[in-house]
Amino acid sequence: MLSIKNLHASIEDKPILRGLDLEVKAGEVHAIMGPNGSGKSTLSYVLAGKPDYEVTDGSATLEGEDLLALEADERAIRGLFLAFQYPLEIPGVATMTFLKTALNAQRRARGEDELPTPAFMKLVREKADGLGISTDMLKRGLNVGFSGGEKKRNEVLQMALLEPKLCVLDETDSGLDIDALKIVSEGVNALRAKNRGFVVITHYQRLLDHIRPDIVHVMAKGRIVRTGGPELAHELEAQGYAAYAADAA
Amino acid sequence: MNADIRPIRTAAESSLGDIFAAAREELPGGEAALRVRDEAFAVVGRKGLPNRRVEDWKYTDLRALMREARPLADTPGADEVEAARALLPFGEVAARRVVFVNGRLSPDLSDMDTLEEGLSIAPLAVALAGDAVSALALKGVPNDNAVVALNTAFAADGLVIAVSDGAKIDRPIHVANIQTGAAHASYGRVLVSVGKGGSITLIESHVGDSGAHQTNTLIGLDIADGASAKVLKLQDEGLGTLHLATLAARLGAKAFFESVSLATGSSAARQQIYLDFAGDKAKAEVFGAGLAAGGKRHLDTTLVIDHRTLGCSSRELFKTALDGEARSVFQGRITVRPGAQKTDGKMMANALLLSETAEADAKPELEIFADDVVCGHGATVGAIDDELLFYLMARGIPKAEAEGLLVQAFVGEALESVDDDALRDALSARAERWLSERV
Ligand SMILES: Nc1ncnc2c1ncn2[C@@H]1O[C@H](COP(=O)(O)OP(=O)(O)OP(=O)(O)O)[C@@H](O)[C@H]1O
Ligand SMILES: [Mg+2]
Repeated sequence: MLSIKNLHASIEDKPILRGLDLEVKAGEVHAIMGPNGSGKSTLSYVLAGKPDYEVTDGSATLEGEDLLALEADERAIRGLFLAFQYPLEIPGVATMTFLKTALNAQRRARGEDELPTPAFMKLVREKADGLGISTDMLKRGLNVGFSGGEKKRNEVLQMALLEPKLCVLDETDSGLDIDALKIVSEGVNALRAKNRGFVVITHYQRLLDHIRPDIVHVMAKGRIVRTGGPELAHELEAQGYAAYAADAA
Repeated sequence: MNADIRPIRTAAESSLGDIFAAAREELPGGEAALRVRDEAFAVVGRKGLPNRRVEDWKYTDLRALMREARPLADTPGADEVEAARALLPFGEVAARRVVFVNGRLSPDLSDMDTLEEGLSIAPLAVALAGDAVSALALKGVPNDNAVVALNTAFAADGLVIAVSDGAKIDRPIHVANIQTGAAHASYGRVLVSVGKGGSITLIESHVGDSGAHQTNTLIGLDIADGASAKVLKLQDEGLGTLHLATLAARLGAKAFFESVSLATGSSAARQQIYLDFAGDKAKAEVFGAGLAAGGKRHLDTTLVIDHRTLGCSSRELFKTALDGEARSVFQGRITVRPGAQKTDGKMMANALLLSETAEADAKPELEIFADDVVCGHGATVGAIDDELLFYLMARGIPKAEAEGLLVQAFVGEALESVDDDALRDALSARAERWLSERV
């Protein structure tokens, strides 16, 4: 489904990704762990199409289609979703308006009719309830006055509404309390499906107790330096990244 | 050399002279009014139209914007009134409507019957027949300002609205100004006095066809002690029209004034706002949103805020989004006189540039002669935030639509204080339509 080969990317001429390879098949959940600054968020931004990054080598395809040639909105429409590590606040754009605009933009692009407002409201309420997001929050400006945890839940709400093919979650667990972690994980698990892939970026085993990965990768200095099963996460939790910081230079 | 003497006249200046000479006898108001009109016209007659070498007109050269003077509008015919009816905005807003077509009161389109108790509305001509001088030579407005002077010289029609002491007029009065037909000039003046403890809401709309009209309207408010007045304005003139407007409010003690405007139309516009704090502890809030795209559209907002009494507060927020080669000008001057201790004044102008060729000029000024005051001003010019744009696009929203949402959010801040839901929705819908047409 997602195929990344020898990906090199820089920001402001500073190389961050340095030959990254990753294959995610439909139905799989991959976890990426790695020290601060190893390039995990950079990878997620490069996949999502953030303009500041320059891809200098390599390729990334989603279901065979070259992602790197597409604008950010086109990538989303092809089914790529990034849950941001730091969701942004947009005062003046009501969360509800934003959700509706996004869903209808995607439906339009797929040649489907826009969802009428009552049907949309019903759909949002259902999904929001499950994530503990109140109607009042949906009326507020996008992420404005949301706590750190509420912002993360709002990311998962967007993911649930847009039903992407490939979900990249960048530290969706950071800032969540124990209960919220459970709620968010259940939200993510509910989306697990044969035809959907996940890349879960996290620092903590805790999240992976809830969202059980099939494959765990260690990223250091812009590359995947080790790949293993779920047990690898436990090993990292116990031993830290000291071993990887040294060898990947 | 006497700076007042300008022997060389532009075509517009000489034809303004000819038009005034031909019309002056016909204008309403008799002898007393005529003297005031002659004096007012002499301001332009002597100095000509202000150009960029005149301080207040540095960024908005009226002489260049007004290359020709349009003839005064004729009384509109039946087909013009019909054309105007189709252009009337705010149909969904519950308000008493008074309609001016090409500057002339149109009784067929207006509702001036069964007035609420404590409210009176009279055509300007009636007031001029009574006390011409006070209706024409206004206090608190610089009568040597060219736009004001031309309005005083030419004002042919308008309204005098009075709210008696303690009367709360809940139903807004919508003064609709519609320009249609052959290119013309129209001048209108609406004077409002609100008695002690009274209240009123005025909705002002300006729409029209694409003709090269020139409009000049003046609204003067006298808000007595403890009274409240709101003026909500839509400036959506046709894109060929030059729009000149003056809003002047005098506030008594503990009076409240609010003005909210949205400008989406005209080829060039200058909105002048004069606030005169004449009583203690009065409060004024002035919000404006402007959207200009394409061509060399020009939007000027000039504020003159005069704090001369104790403990008053004024808030001004102007948000302008500009595309193409559009240009905005914001001039704001807050004066705090020695007697105006405890003044609280804040002024902010934000411009959002959507193209490389758009331009925003801001000239905020504070003149403070009292020592115990809190005053501040700021002006920012920026572009769309790329991070926010990316966040929206990452959800599948196309770039133009994402930009539209951000622009709407940007200008929306200036419109959110409109408490009439239908009116606020109508203004937002107009802004939304502007955005969709831009794309
Ligand atoms: N705009 C930028 N300009 C310059 N350097 C940047 C920029 N953005 C990121 N970097 C650098 O790129 C490197 C990788 O950053 P990235 O955010 O991808 O790390 P990360 O693995 O997500 O870290 P964390 O675990 O702390 O979230 C860091 O050294 C960071 O300082
Ligand atoms: Mg990161």
